[in-house]
Amino acid sequence: MPKITYIQHDGTEQVVEVRNGLSVMEGAVKNNVPGIDADCGGACACATCHVYVDEAWMEKTGERSAMEESMLDFAEAVQDNSRLSCQIKVRDELDGLVVRTPESQH
Amino acid sequence: MAAASAHVVIIGAGHAGGTAAALLRQYGHEGPVTLVGEEPIPPYQRPPLSKAWLKGEADADSLTLKPLEFYAAHGIDFRPGVRAVTLERGARKVGLSDGSSLSYDILILATGARAIALPLPGADLGGVLSLRTAADAERIKAALGPGRRLAVVGGGYIGLEVAASGRALGAEVVVLEREPRLLARVACEELSTFFQDQHEAHGVRFELGAEVTGFAGWAGKVAGVTLADGRTIDCDTVVVGVGAAPNDELARDAGLETARGVVVDLEARTSDPSIFAIGDVAHRPMPIYERMFRMESVPNALEQAKQAAAAITGRPAPAGECPWQWSDQYDLKLQIAGYPFDADQIVVRGDPASAKFAVFHLKGDLIQAVESINSPPEFMMGKQLILGRRPVSKAKLADPAVSMKEVAA
Repeated sequence: MPKITYIQHDGTEQVVEVRNGLSVMEGAVKNNVPGIDADCGGACACATCHVYVDEAWMEKTGERSAMEESMLDFAEAVQDNSRLSCQIKVRDELDGLVVRTPESQH
Repeated sequence: MAAASAHVVIIGAGHAGGTAAALLRQYGHEGPVTLVGEEPIPPYQRPPLSKAWLKGEADADSLTLKPLEFYAAHGIDFRPGVRAVTLERGARKVGLSDGSSLSYDILILATGARAIALPLPGADLGGVLSLRTAADAERIKAALGPGRRLAVVGGGYIGLEVAASGRALGAEVVVLEREPRLLARVACEELSTFFQDQHEAHGVRFELGAEVTGFAGWAGKVAGVTLADGRTIDCDTVVVGVGAAPNDELARDAGLETARGVVVDLEARTSDPSIFAIGDVAHRPMPIYERMFRMESVPNALEQAKQAAAAITGRPAPAGECPWQWSDQYDLKLQIAGYPFDADQIVVRGDPASAKFAVFHLKGDLIQAVESINSPPEFMMGKQLILGRRPVSKAKLADPAVSMKEVAA
């Protein structure tokens, strides 16, 4: 199973195995990784699963969808590497992915 | 803050109870945590039951909040399939339906709400269903498909989501609503009309102003819904979606203060300092509206789970929130922020004909609520403006050429 590294705002690191097909958000929530709230459960309705994708993984994680772009536009502390983690589906290619969580989710 | 060794017992393993258990561990609570749930499965997300799951677009695994192993691995004693039947506050003891009892230092009531049943003749016929649990959703899914006829009683969000999913599964669908318009209790007329048009375009039939008097059947199985005007609407499945009532009997019987649910403060604490109440069952203060009310939504369940877990572990309370909810029907994403309390004006931004618009409810120049269709900027910025209680210009708000960022500037 692909391993995903979640790094919290305070530097705490958690490496979690996430099965293919789940989202990077689900990987965090199912393993009680703090910092990803995911209020809407992956419906792309809330922007509370905001993460920063490690620069080295930007290409593999792909582009933001139009809806995602629109939601992120109003989230806090958005950067070029910001994504909604519910919109990144885990697959073999993402084994080793590193994401960081922002200070808070709104 | 409770003692580090305090035994926290959570009654109700829905989204609120399950989240509270996980947060207690995430926030560092070291004492025992017991999570009691009536259903046979660990906590899961209910919203997809009428949406993606019902249409077959999400599997059971994706509904589950945390895998079953999570609870034992984090020292959470998860007890499925049992219900709390008694609460003795003096002895700090909860009696369970299997005859056992649990002693607590801190109790969290997360007993949720139940679908209101219609006390009408024939309501006990096979095929008359409601939607609350995964088991309910399984029954509904099994009953839908090409050639099947579904009658939905109640034109609220649950009813409309089931109608949309029913159409996606190929069933014929008729929605029976007592009021002259859909979503009468929860949305403005503009939105009611919009949703009716959209559903009709997808082949859903509506009977508005229809008073249901009972259910007709044969050999124990429903075959039609009878109306006050004498007609019978033929169908083989009925889904009743006429609202929910809080499961607050345990609290009432134990003498806790209740109103339209269990009364709590900003920490989600009840009138007994050792007992919290969270989620659909709680009647809670909402400072931005300067009033108390009861909400049925996942964001509300999560917020109160955070409040209770923070209070128990001595963390600062979460910053205040703007309540919100969402609904998916066909390719429409509805996002609602706030509640239209005391609103005196409605501003429609965008054109409903384009299926991309938002309806703002204002009280003076303050936004009280926004209902947005396929319009995330209006929802996201609206939510921030509601929470910040910041006045806006109605002229700018009504003009889609002025961006939401400019509206808020």
